[in-house]
Amino acid sequence: MLELPAAVVDEVVAACLAGYPLEVCGLLAGSVTADGSSALVASSTTTPNAAASARVYTVEPVALLRADRAADDAGLTLCGVWHSHTHTDAVPSPTDVAAAPDPGWWYLLVSLRDVEPKLRAWRIRDGVVEEDAVAVR
Amino acid sequence: MPVAVRLPTVLRPSAGGASTVQAAGATVGEVFDDLVRQHPGLRDQLLTGDGELHRHLNVFLNDDDIRYLGKLGAKVSDTDTLTLMPAVAGG
Repeated sequence: MLELPAAVVDEVVAACLAGYPLEVCGLLAGSVTADGSSALVASSTTTPNAAASARVYTVEPVALLRADRAADDAGLTLCGVWHSHTHTDAVPSPTDVAAAPDPGWWYLLVSLRDVEPKLRAWRIRDGVVEEDAVAVR
Repeated sequence: MPVAVRLPTVLRPSAGGASTVQAAGATVGEVFDDLVRQHPGLRDQLLTGDGELHRHLNVFLNDDDIRYLGKLGAKVSDTDTLTLMPAVAGG
């Protein structure tokens, strides 16, 4: 399960809408349970999309380093990445699956296809995609 | 003198589970050579078959991306820290 503070959800959705029509991305920091099955997110960092594209994203590398250090300093860990799909469902694309950087992470997708943005969370391990529950607190 | 190399979670199983390891060299390439001597399982995760830096890997020398410092030829000293992180991307 991915537990998200409502403020983080609001922040992520607002960033995705502000960056439309380009894909927007960011990183999630929080605490992961010892068995790796759940994460409690504490904060989100919106990062530049180095690809500056409506179809793909790349978290700008130095922003990634800074977010990792900030999480470390706060006693947290990077536990996931989020990005928007501007015209498709909040489901990982083949590119998302192929490029997934960490099997321990959560992949939060935000679909802007409909008027109401939709968020869904996924685990991607060795090319296997599984949806995970999202709890907004 | 060895430098500290911070490894991301995905590379730790290939380095005995360590989050930070020590490796010696005057350049990033030499540090990687020593790292691979110690942990051969890291070879294909760091470098391509041609010995170039894998494009899905970010390598930072302290605060800077080594792509802008000469890549594997970037000079290192014993007070430096190399941080390895997977590229975070998708579509």
